[in-house]
Amino acid sequence: DPDKKTEVVLLACGSFNPITNVHLRLFELAKDYLHETGKYKVIKGIISPVGDAYKKKGLISASHRVTMAKLATKSSDWVEVDDWESSQSEWLETLKVLRYHHQKLQSPDATNSLQSVTPLTKPGRKRKQEPNRHEPVKKKSQSPDVKSVPQVKLLCGSDMLESFGIPNLWKLEDITEIVENHGLVCIIRAGNNVQKFIYESDILWRHKNNIHLVEDWVTNDISSTKIRRALRRGQSIRYLVPDVVQAYIEKNNLYSPESEDRNAGVVLAPLQKHTSDSKN
Amino acid sequence: MKIRIPVILLACGSFNPITNMHMRLFELARDHLHRTGRYEVIEGIMSPVNDDYGKKGLVSARHRIAMAKLALETSDWIRVDPWESEQKTWTETVKVLRHHYKESLRSLQSKKELIENKQPIERSAEDSISYQHSVLPELKLLCGADFLQTFKTPNLWKEEHIKEIVEKFGLVCISRVGSDPAQYISESDLLTTFQHNIFLVKEWIQNEISATQIRHALCRGLSVKYLVPDSVISYIAHHNIYTEESEQKNEGDLLRPLKLQNTTVNPLND
Repeated sequence: DPDKKTEVVLLACGSFNPITNVHLRLFELAKDYLHETGKYKVIKGIISPVGDAYKKKGLISASHRVTMAKLATKSSDWVEVDDWESSQSEWLETLKVLRYHHQKLQSPDATNSLQSVTPLTKPGRKRKQEPNRHEPVKKKSQSPDVKSVPQVKLLCGSDMLESFGIPNLWKLEDITEIVENHGLVCIIRAGNNVQKFIYESDILWRHKNNIHLVEDWVTNDISSTKIRRALRRGQSIRYLVPDVVQAYIEKNNLYSPESEDRNAGVVLAPLQKHTSDSKN
Repeated sequence: MKIRIPVILLACGSFNPITNMHMRLFELARDHLHRTGRYEVIEGIMSPVNDDYGKKGLVSARHRIAMAKLALETSDWIRVDPWESEQKTWTETVKVLRHHYKESLRSLQSKKELIENKQPIERSAEDSISYQHSVLPELKLLCGADFLQTFKTPNLWKEEHIKEIVEKFGLVCISRVGSDPAQYISESDLLTTFQHNIFLVKEWIQNEISATQIRHALCRGLSVKYLVPDSVISYIAHHNIYTEESEQKNEGDLLRPLKLQNTTVNPLND
């Protein structure tokens, strides 16, 4: 039925170190864009801060990052923070987080164990209801204008998309499954290279219909790195991050030259993992 | 004890509507002046332009002031001042500067009298210091780099006004990466003469939120959350301020300053 809209959940993974107005804007832009196509209905936004085990330089404790994100999303009626990823003891591939949230949508009472996060069959639009012993019968009644299965799409900026090209950072099969089974909503700035990047990748090109590029009409360059730099230099970050986040950072004196040195010289978890995997 | 010159920052503009970027300009300017070690920014004033300015899409000052008030509720040093918008007609920027400078002197004077009238035993250490070392405050015009460029627009500014602004008051000019106001200053003899009174501040964290784009987004039902304070968004929705109709206001009209210049220039024109 072409009039039925697909329900979408937007999932943003990242350090959020700290969360900024730009992070929050990604959701608003993505939602507006998807709604304007007439084909989607965005029902939820999820911010999933990465775990400390990611070992990125300057990454402060997940509990602070999660708290700040929660403070920042208090005023939103559809974007929330999920700390499942950050509470795992080991770093998790983004695909696993996507699968987890997708599964959670299917069966809200599924256990939160890693074992249940198995690859799903491709959710085609006209899929017959296959008997699947991992999924309970869907009990929820659906509104007439909505298609059966909500999709979880990865929301990101062009930097994440382009990071697909960094050697050993992503597994090829992960990228494939992300764009094939889930989809990407990527917020870009005018005059960027993302389209060229997609063109030059066979996998991305094949699934380009599932990669939504959304142009930001504001020239915004509020990166967390710049925020942390400003804080180290005693400069104001007001109006770049929500007031509550600025107050929290100030009260807890979160960012300093010392905090920026955390994990200095440590190999990033995905790089560590892929190098040791290939060694085995 | 090294005495720092107290500075008040004044930003004139449409604020149609006020955005996070407008407020950010104040923060950047304050940080910059403090870093010089010579100044202490004691106040920030936002002065929305009079409705008579005649800019396309300019909504009533009543709303623009109300929105600015809401946005600045959480700031402990920036406030909005309605004087300019309450005048009968559009007022040249230099006159707005003069007015606020007079006001700042007046309030300094009444503070002095307050301290004088206190019994010595009531005076705090702070009072004594500020009384003895009361340095006259300086009022500086806060603006973006594009503002500096408007000095070039024919008939928009009077030459003697530009001179008074940079000589008597001073400019704090925020520019983004990629633009070069220093070059523009070097191309103007007047600005070069007073370049010591023009503070150039670079915004490394790009955050260009154009109020025009905000209005367009609002008309089309797109989100402006996180670009404009929530309280302002609610106010706009509640009063249905920005519509296709409001955007047509003053359509085709000349800006007031251009109208004035045209009537005074060359009455012998046949």
